Amino acid sequence: MAQAHFTATPFTRKKRRTEIIAKCFFGGMAAAMVIPLVLIVGYVVVQGAPSLSWEFLTTNPRLGGIRGGIWSALVGTIYIVTISLCVSAPIGVLSAVYLNEYAKDNWFTRIVNLAVVNLAGVPSIVHGLFGLGAFVYAAGMGKSILSASLTLSIMTLPVIIASTKEALSAVPVSFREACWNVGATRWQTIWRIVLPNSISGILTGVILQVSRTAGETAPIMLTGVATFKAIESTGLFLYNPVKDQCMALSMHLYYIATQANNAAPSLPYAIATVLLGAVLVVNATAIGVRAYLRSRKKW
Amino acid sequence: MQANVTDKQTAASSSAAATRLKQQRGRAEMMGERAIEVVIHLCGFSAIIFVFGIFFFVFREGAPFLAKLNIGEFLFSTEWFPTSQSHAKYGVGALIVGTLSVTSLAMVIAVPFGLGAAVFVSEFCNGKSKETLKVVIELLAAIPSVVWGFIGLTVMSPIIIKTFQVPIGVNMFNGALLLALMSVPIMVSIGEDALKAVPDSYREAAIAMGATKWQLVWRVLLPAAKNGLLAAVLLGVGRAIGETMAVLMATGHSVRIPHSIFDPVRTLTATIAAELGETSKGSDHYQSLFLIGILLFTITFVVNLAADLIVKGIKKK
Repeated sequence: MAQAHFTATPFTRKKRRTEIIAKCFFGGMAAAMVIPLVLIVGYVVVQGAPSLSWEFLTTNPRLGGIRGGIWSALVGTIYIVTISLCVSAPIGVLSAVYLNEYAKDNWFTRIVNLAVVNLAGVPSIVHGLFGLGAFVYAAGMGKSILSASLTLSIMTLPVIIASTKEALSAVPVSFREACWNVGATRWQTIWRIVLPNSISGILTGVILQVSRTAGETAPIMLTGVATFKAIESTGLFLYNPVKDQCMALSMHLYYIATQANNAAPSLPYAIATVLLGAVLVVNATAIGVRAYLRSRKKW
Repeated sequence: MQANVTDKQTAASSSAAATRLKQQRGRAEMMGERAIEVVIHLCGFSAIIFVFGIFFFVFREGAPFLAKLNIGEFLFSTEWFPTSQSHAKYGVGALIVGTLSVTSLAMVIAVPFGLGAAVFVSEFCNGKSKETLKVVIELLAAIPSVVWGFIGLTVMSPIIIKTFQVPIGVNMFNGALLLALMSVPIMVSIGEDALKAVPDSYREAAIAMGATKWQLVWRVLLPAAKNGLLAAVLLGVGRAIGETMAVLMATGHSVRIPHSIFDPVRTLTATIAAELGETSKGSDHYQSLFLIGILLFTITFVVNLAADLIVKGIKKK
């Protein structure tokens, strides 16, 4: 071993020491934000877990929400997420197709890109004001599940556009050229070659959009969420999306934590645990899907 | 039959088939292609339409109030008494100060930690540990803001009261701490991209000169990536200004100019969220809240534009 003959001079020792200090310093920075968070989230889950049960999930809230389960809130969140996904996924994917496959590199495309960035940056409460002005009043939809879902679908559009665009641009140009050369049209190339090869990125974007929609509170608070509403326990159409307001998990947590008196002390923790659990599971799925599909990638 | 045809015949018939196909395509398929291209273009422009739509509809609801209003007074007066019967006052000065103070305190906390963590992820981690840390940070970014607010209300607040011996736990410091934690993930991911964009030759040159990692980070990487890091900070600022639920639940919600970081404050976003439900459509109060919305839209637009221009500038280089 050559290293055995190497004796450390004070200089190299000092150098090694600064190296370690630097690593600890920056590692500490990362740890200082990650560790407390994990602890806090753990604390919320530990507080909420005892009151979690199948019954808690599947019974309606009672007494204005302060007792009973969270059934109607859970169903409401699922309705909102599904409807807004159905609206924003196709628009978002096609929008990314436009930006990546059709748009020329000119000032107009730059403006479109800028609009996407700014759409992502508009505060959620301003999206809520927009939904109130546009869907609830101007379009005459009233405060309803539909208004809330449409508001959220516009708000989460940039999430899908960004990840789809990234996925599309990762498909090699040679794939497209090969397809054009056998006589396929532009859209045939996109539909048969480009989209299937970028499915992982699209899927990731869609899943992230789901988690974002499920957790959002401020916009739906203004456009169609009720603080208390009981629904039937079985059936396919538990809410009428066009007419009804619904409860939502996020709004229920806000309401119970700040507005309601005499709620069971563990109730907000339990709601927070369900919401956190749903969002984290969905995100973990996105990460898993991405890793799986990436490992199968052939180029 | 096909087994009998010669090569020549196949070639001839296939070329004939190709022309036939082209002619057939001329009608139905080309129409379909056209239709789908129109749809794609419409979707492509949708982002522009939505941004303008947001401005238009929010402005439309708030605009009538502009006529009755002294803009200077609206922006700089600190008297916000919208529900008063006789002397309703609409001055958002205190709310702007509230937003700015919470955001700047959040950035004072978040910038060193966010950028430090970005440096750690990009320069000191490799392989498995890097992937794990990035996944954890991605998951942290996913925690809904209402859950953050709840954490501020129930977990942070008692801790702050105990540690700093202050009477109220829901205050500027609490809100800023939450905003810092919420904006750190975005700073880490954008900051890491910026550091990744620094060519490896810079690192190699510094190490060849005998620089320690410490010197490498301070003297080479941070100056080289400073624009990207600035963009990361600006995106964090944008996120902090626009955040609603966390500050609504954790800043204590009193309209005044704060004198210490443990004073409760109220932000622009929280005001809209808290008060809009109590107003009737078309009233002065209602319209003034939409004007606050336009103000927020403008502020975040400028911040995001700045961040975007900085990022674009880097890509061009």
